[in-house]
Amino acid sequence: MTNEIFKTIGIGIAFSPNLKANLYEAARLSLFFESKLVLIHVGEQSDDKTQQILDIIQPFSQENLNYELVFKTGNPVDVILSVSEEKKVDLLILGALQKENFVQYYLGTIARKITRQASCSILLLIKPSVLRIPCKHIVVNGLDNPKTKQAITTAYYMSHKLQSKKITIVEEITKQEVAVSIDDDKSLRKSAIIKERLKMREDSRVNSIIAQIPEDYTSNIITKTQSIFGTRGYSIGHYAQYVRADLLVMNAPTKTSFWDRIFPHDIEYILSELPTDVLIIQ
Amino acid sequence: MRPKKNNIALFFKQLPKNIFSGFVVSLIALPLGLGLAMASDAPAISGVITAIVGGIIVSILGGSHVTITGPGNGLVGVTLVAITSLGLEGAYAAIICSGVLIMLLGFLRMGNLADFFPSSAIQGMLAAIGLIILGKQFHIMFGHKITRDNTIDYLIEIPYTINDALHYENTGLIYAAAAGLISLAIMVFYPKLRNKYWHLIPAPMWIVILSIGFSYYFELVLHQDNPIAKAYMIPAIPSFAEITTQLPKISFAKIGGLAFWGSVLSLTLIASIESLLSIKAVDKLDAERRRSNVNRDLKALGLGTIASGFVGGLNVVTVIARSSVNVNNGGSNRSANFSHAFFLVVFIVVFSSQLTRIPLPALMAILVYTGYKLASPDLIKKIFSVGKEQLIIFFVTLLTTLKFGLILGITAGVIITVIIHFIINKNVTLFLRHWIKPNVLMFKEDDNKSNYYVSVKHFCTFANFYRLKQKLDTIATDDDVIVDFSMCDFVDHTVMENLNNYQSTFTKNGGHFDIVGLDMHDADSKHPFALRKIVAVPKLFGYNLTKRQENLEAIAKDYNLTYSADKNKNTAFLDPFLFFKTKQANYIYNEIKDDNSDSKLFDIEFSEGEFIAKEVVRTTMLHIDLNETIPIFSLDRETIMDKVYAIAGFTDINFDDHPDFSKRFHLIGEYVEDIKTFFTNELIHFFESNPYYHIESNGSSLLIFSKQRLASTKEIKALLDFGKRLKEVIPKKNNTD
Repeated sequence: MTNEIFKTIGIGIAFSPNLKANLYEAARLSLFFESKLVLIHVGEQSDDKTQQILDIIQPFSQENLNYELVFKTGNPVDVILSVSEEKKVDLLILGALQKENFVQYYLGTIARKITRQASCSILLLIKPSVLRIPCKHIVVNGLDNPKTKQAITTAYYMSHKLQSKKITIVEEITKQEVAVSIDDDKSLRKSAIIKERLKMREDSRVNSIIAQIPEDYTSNIITKTQSIFGTRGYSIGHYAQYVRADLLVMNAPTKTSFWDRIFPHDIEYILSELPTDVLIIQ
Repeated sequence: MRPKKNNIALFFKQLPKNIFSGFVVSLIALPLGLGLAMASDAPAISGVITAIVGGIIVSILGGSHVTITGPGNGLVGVTLVAITSLGLEGAYAAIICSGVLIMLLGFLRMGNLADFFPSSAIQGMLAAIGLIILGKQFHIMFGHKITRDNTIDYLIEIPYTINDALHYENTGLIYAAAAGLISLAIMVFYPKLRNKYWHLIPAPMWIVILSIGFSYYFELVLHQDNPIAKAYMIPAIPSFAEITTQLPKISFAKIGGLAFWGSVLSLTLIASIESLLSIKAVDKLDAERRRSNVNRDLKALGLGTIASGFVGGLNVVTVIARSSVNVNNGGSNRSANFSHAFFLVVFIVVFSSQLTRIPLPALMAILVYTGYKLASPDLIKKIFSVGKEQLIIFFVTLLTTLKFGLILGITAGVIITVIIHFIINKNVTLFLRHWIKPNVLMFKEDDNKSNYYVSVKHFCTFANFYRLKQKLDTIATDDDVIVDFSMCDFVDHTVMENLNNYQSTFTKNGGHFDIVGLDMHDADSKHPFALRKIVAVPKLFGYNLTKRQENLEAIAKDYNLTYSADKNKNTAFLDPFLFFKTKQANYIYNEIKDDNSDSKLFDIEFSEGEFIAKEVVRTTMLHIDLNETIPIFSLDRETIMDKVYAIAGFTDINFDDHPDFSKRFHLIGEYVEDIKTFFTNELIHFFESNPYYHIESNGSSLLIFSKQRLASTKEIKALLDFGKRLKEVIPKKNNTD
C-alpha cells in the first residue's frame, strides 16, 4: 500500500454559496493526500470565473497545491464524468444539499446520477466547511464482498492521513443470513446461537483483512467491530448517524439497475438520506 | 434425548391439573357456545360443535400453550350477516372458505396481521361488535323478540322494550324476562361475591344449573309446565348420535357472488384478529411465560374452522375469557383445551335433552353482559385518557362498523388514523417518504453489559410497527433492551401501547426494557401521543383521606411507621410470588412502611382473568423482606376444595409427627425436603396456635394476607402483630447450619 491511493482528486464547481467551503475541503484533502486537484466547471471559460476560483484557493496554492482548472460546456453529468475519466481522477468530491428546516441531507439529481455512473471513488460531503473540522471517527462496512478489503484499507489510510482516532468496522447481518424464523422460545434460542456464530465468523473475516494492512496505518487507531441487525446498506447509515461518525466508507454497489431505484437498496438508501460524509470506494 | 423424556414425564404430571381446568372451562364453554350460536341465528348446537372440533384440532396441532378455542363473540355479527344473506347452507360454505384463508395466513406467516391496525380502531371495532351483540340480545333477554334492519335501530328500541316488559300481562313472558334479569344479575354480581364455594362453578354455569333446576322444580315438585313461554326456550338440541350421523348440507351455490366473498373476508379478518389478539393477551397470563407460535396456531385454527364448517360448526377462534379461566384453574398445556372439548362431548352425550330446559333470555343475558363488557363506558374513559384523537378514531370505527359492517368499519378506522397522523404532524411527506424504509436498527452493544440497542428513525406508527416488532421479537425476554426514539419524529399510541406490553413482559421475565429518547418530544409538545404516555403515574392532588385512611395514618403513627396513601405502580417485587403468577398486580396504595426491618403493609389492587372472566380484587397484604434465603412455599388453611384439588395433582406436604398441622394446613412447594427442614417444631407450633393466614415465600421474602378483600383497621393491627411475631420464630440461617 502506498501513500498514493488517491493520486488525483476532482471536484465539480458551481458558483453556489457553498463554493468556498467546497473548494476549501477539496484543497485540504489534496494537500493531505499529496494529490493533484482537478477543478471542473461546466460552462464557458471566463476570466472573471477563473479569477474568483484562484482567489479562493490562493491560501492553498501558497502551500504548493497542485491543481488544474477545466472548463467545458455540455450536460453537467456527462461533462464531469468524461473529464474525470480523461484526467484519471481517483476521487470525485460532491456536495450534498441540506433540506429546509431539517437536519437531513440528500443528494441533488446531478450528484446522484454521477454517483451511480462514476467509475472512480466518490466522496459526498454533507457539511463542507471553510475551517477544518477534524475527522475523529470513521465507520466502514465489513460486508463479505471482494471490494470490502479495499474499503477497509482505504479507511485506515484516511484515518492515518487525517489523524482520525477510531475506526468501527460494521458487519451487517441480515435476516436472511440468520435463516431461522422466530416463532417460539425454541426457535428464538436457535437463532441466538446462529447469530453468535455469524458474529464470530464475521469478526474473524474482518480481522484477517486488518492483519494484511501495514502496521503503520493500524497502530494508534482504535479498531472496533460491531455486528448490526438490519437492512444491508441502510442500517449502516443509521448506525453511523447514531454513533455520530464523521465519515462513512462504503463499497460501491456492484450494479444498479432501474429496479434498484424503485426498490431501493444498499447505496440508494444512503443517497436518499446522507447520515454523514460518505466515501464510496470503487 | 433426556429433556424429551422429562417433557413427557412433566406432561403426565401436569395432566390431572389440565383435565380439571378443562372441565371448569367446559362449564363456561357450554352456555357460551349455545348462546353465541343462537345469537348468530345458527342452530344452538353449532356453537358447541365449534368448541369440540376446535378444541380437539387446535390442541393437537396448535402452537400456543394455554389458549382455549371455540366460537368467538367477535364473530356473532359477521356470522349473522353470512347466515341472513347466504342461508345456513351457504354460510357453512363461507366458513369453510374462511378456514382455508386463515390457514393460508398461517402459511404466509401473517401472524402479525393484528399489528397492522391502529389499536383504537380495533377497540372501536370490538365495541361495535359488543353493541351488535347487546343490541339484538337485549330484547330477547326481556322476552321481547324483534327483528330490525340494523343495530342502531335495535339500540334505540331498548327503552321501549324495558317499558313493554314492565307492562307484560302474559305470565310466560314475565317469567322469561325475570329469568333474563336474574341471569344478568348473576353475571354482574358473580365477581363481587368472593366466596370459594360460589366460585367453584363459573357464572354462566350457575345460570344453566339454576334454570334447569327451576324447570325440574316445576315439573317434579309442582307438577306444572315450565311457566316460561315456549317461544323463549332453547329449541330442540339434537342428540349426539344425530349430530354425528346427520351432517349438515353445505351449498357452494353462491360462491361466485360478491356477498359470499364479502362474508368470507369478514369472517377471516375478524376470526384471525380476534384469535391473534387473544393469543397475545393469553401469553401475558401464562405462568411459564412461554411464547406462542402464532403462525402455527393460525394454521391449526384454519384447519379447525374447515373441519367445523363441514360438521355444522362455526369459525374456530382463540377466545380470551375462556383461556383466562383455564389459566386461573391451573391449565398449563394444550391438554386442557383438549379436555374442555372432551367434557363438552360428555355433556352433549349425557345432557342434550336437559339443555332444552334453559330459557333463551337466561342464555342471552350472558351475551348481553359480554356485549356490555366489549363496549363498556370504562373503555371509552380509558381511551379518552390516552387522547382526544384516539376517541375520534374509536368513534369513527364504531359508527362506521355499526352502519356499514366490519370491513368498512376497520378500513375507516385505519384511514382516519392516518389522516389524524398527517394533521398532528402537519406533514404528509414524513410518512410517504419513509414508509417503505427499513427504519429500525438493532445491535448488541459491545461493552460489558451487552444489552440490545434498538434505534428507530423517522416515524413509528401502526403502519410500520411490524419492523420494530420483528426486531424486538428476536430478543429473549430476560435480556436488556434499550429502544431509542431520539431519531424518530413521531411515535403513535398503538406503538406506545405495544411497547408497554413488551416492557411488562420483559420485567416479568427478569429482563429490562427501556424506552429512551422521548424527552425531546416532550419539549416539542408536537407529539401528544408520546407525551401522554411517558408521564408515568398521574399525581392525585388535593384529595381527602377517607376514614379508613385516617385510621391507617393513626395506626402508622402509633406503631412508629410511615404511611403513604399514594398509588404506587411499582409492584415488581410481587412478581416472583406464586400467587401472582397468573394475576396482574395493578398498583399498591395505603402503604405502611417500617424503614428499619423492610416490612411493608399495603392495600393492593390486582386482577385475574380477562374480559368477561376478569375480576378486579382489592386486598390488604403484608410483605416482609427477610434478607436471607428460605425455601419457596405457599401455606394456607386446608379446605374441602384443596382435597378436590389434591385429586387433580396439587400435592400437599404433610408432616408425620404433626398430624394436626398436616390436617389443618395446606402446604405446597417444589423442594419438599428443604421445606420440611425449614418448618421447625417451633414454627409449626406457632402456626397451629395462631389464626389462619395465607403465607407465601418467594425465596427471600414473605407475603401474608388473609381474605381477598381490604382489611379493617383491627385486622391490620392483627396482621402487623402476626408478621412481627412470625419473623421472630422463623429459623435463622445460623441456627440451621
